[in-house]
Amino acid sequence: MFAFIVSRILQALPVLLSVALISFAMFAYVGDPVAIMLGQDYTQAQRDALVAELGLDRPFWVQFATFIGNAAQGEFGLSYRLSRPVADLIAERAPATLELAFTAAVLALLVGVPMGVYTGLYRNSWLSRFFLTFSLIGVSLPTFLIGILLILVFAVWLGWLPSFGRGDTVRLGAWTTGFLTVSGLKALVLPAITLGLFQLTLIMRLVRAEMLEVLRADYIKFARARGLPNRAVHFGHALKNTLVPVITIVGLQLGAIIAFAIVTETVFQWPGMGLLFIQSVGAADIPVMSAYLLLISLVFVTINLIVDLLYYAVDPRLRIGRGKGGH
Amino acid sequence: MSNAAPLLEVRNLRVEFPTRRGTLVALDDVSFSIAPGEVLGVVGESGAGKSMTGAAIIGLLEPPGRIARGEILLNGKRIDNLRYEQMRRIRGKEIGAIFQDPLTTLNPLYTVGQQLTETMTTHLPINPAEARRRAIEWLELVGIPAAAQRIDSYPHEFSGGMRQRVVIALALCAEPRLIVADEPTTALDVSIQAQVIALLKTLAREKGTAMMLVTHDMGVIAETADRVAVMYAGRIAEIGPVREVVKHANHPYSAGLMASIPPLDRRVERLAQIDGAMPRLSAIPRGCAYNPRCPKVFSRCADERPDLMDAGTTRAACWLYASEVPHG
Repeated sequence: MFAFIVSRILQALPVLLSVALISFAMFAYVGDPVAIMLGQDYTQAQRDALVAELGLDRPFWVQFATFIGNAAQGEFGLSYRLSRPVADLIAERAPATLELAFTAAVLALLVGVPMGVYTGLYRNSWLSRFFLTFSLIGVSLPTFLIGILLILVFAVWLGWLPSFGRGDTVRLGAWTTGFLTVSGLKALVLPAITLGLFQLTLIMRLVRAEMLEVLRADYIKFARARGLPNRAVHFGHALKNTLVPVITIVGLQLGAIIAFAIVTETVFQWPGMGLLFIQSVGAADIPVMSAYLLLISLVFVTINLIVDLLYYAVDPRLRIGRGKGGH
Repeated sequence: MSNAAPLLEVRNLRVEFPTRRGTLVALDDVSFSIAPGEVLGVVGESGAGKSMTGAAIIGLLEPPGRIARGEILLNGKRIDNLRYEQMRRIRGKEIGAIFQDPLTTLNPLYTVGQQLTETMTTHLPINPAEARRRAIEWLELVGIPAAAQRIDSYPHEFSGGMRQRVVIALALCAEPRLIVADEPTTALDVSIQAQVIALLKTLAREKGTAMMLVTHDMGVIAETADRVAVMYAGRIAEIGPVREVVKHANHPYSAGLMASIPPLDRRVERLAQIDGAMPRLSAIPRGCAYNPRCPKVFSRCADERPDLMDAGTTRAACWLYASEVPHG
């Protein structure tokens, strides 16, 4: 088990290194950091001094190694736009994005999985047809449009929920949370629905397709022939066998939710990393962009590792050949 | 043929599959009974309706298949018209089932112990600890070595023959009085087949369990069954005591089927075979379904469909055994 984790982490290293390389290349070659930092009036001597101070005169690989070393310590330099350490900016914004992504993912799972099971079991009921039609909307409508429509209905017309921002937050050490206040929770509703709707419909359709497949399996017929109650057959024997593909997709989608919350955060002016990223793109704030890129790749790699571990937990057949110690 | 009140009685069973191009009749006018403790073998070519009969009895016909006519009685009570939930309580508890391929009938994500205990706690008034104790007993009974350790193993950790033993334990663990075994040895190695059949036979005899044994292996039938039903194109062609059907089949189809078993005690130049193939369900010929292939066909066979009639030692659906005066 431990060897398995270590091997997965070692496999993830090349991925992280390549992303770091791209990120560093962007840092070094998109625009001229020296010109940006010095402003419009400077002498060649000032420029040379800054180049030497920043280490830009050193060979490429040395610079890259320094970049990696700093990145590993969470050191990404100063934001050009806000003149504050990038690491602080991201640490400030991360809780908002993570809470939003978490809520959206939980919503997508808690609603999507039961809907998928239902539509898989009762293919021809009118409710299933309704869910499937509804899921087409979720899959095909763009996120920003869903967000704007939700704002129109629930914030503008009905006035039930706020249309932007995060509401009141509570500070818990380095983390700020919106989960503990009423206004924070109310502010979370619309963005979470907007962000989670696509994932919800995707999960529903995936679970449905997998259920239809699994329900035809011999072991389901045998479970019925043994007289097991429907609940045990459907939610035990059938659903558990659909989990491996569902975990894969949910894992990837969770990464996507965190990475691409950009649109939702923009529509709702949600003070998270996505909004920070889009503002940094607008201002060509390279340090923030490259740090964000690295962070997202780290998120994906971590989620993939967790997904692999979950396979291991769900499917005993994957445990063979890894030594009996795993049991 | 037994005098005891039958455990299972199937009367004029007809199973239909409504399709876009019309209704297919998969089983028609199938009648037989099984006495307590008796083993009825059901043989026939692929597609004759053997497995379909088993599926109808346990109430698990694949939709859109449905029982269109006839009755199925267990201990004199109809079970073909029960609601799903009532029938569920009978499955596993009164009628156990064994399927063909042990590699696919066990859920890969549950240990064999979990599958055994959930079956027992569903049907028997026992707690999980007691169920686990009995699960180990059952695994020992079906010949799994080191059962107390193997109970926590997953199906993929067993060989095919061992898995079929687990399936047999699962079918028997709630002590049903009838087992529907649908080709229980077809997917196994020949060397394992004999062991599994012997096990099934021994357990059925010890527990007094009746069995409907669906197979196309005549050797298995000859060894195991008390009576045999030969099926052809969704109907029973002949039914009678195993010795009579195997040695002196009355229906030309059963005779052909038995003749096609290669004899072991002498060399033969050419294996006997029945010419032609069984008709598709959508194109069952008029009259006797077997008439285009039958060596003894005569005019009546193409016009009228024969019901089972007394053919001396067995009952056969063949006009050769009609009483002198043709009716109708």
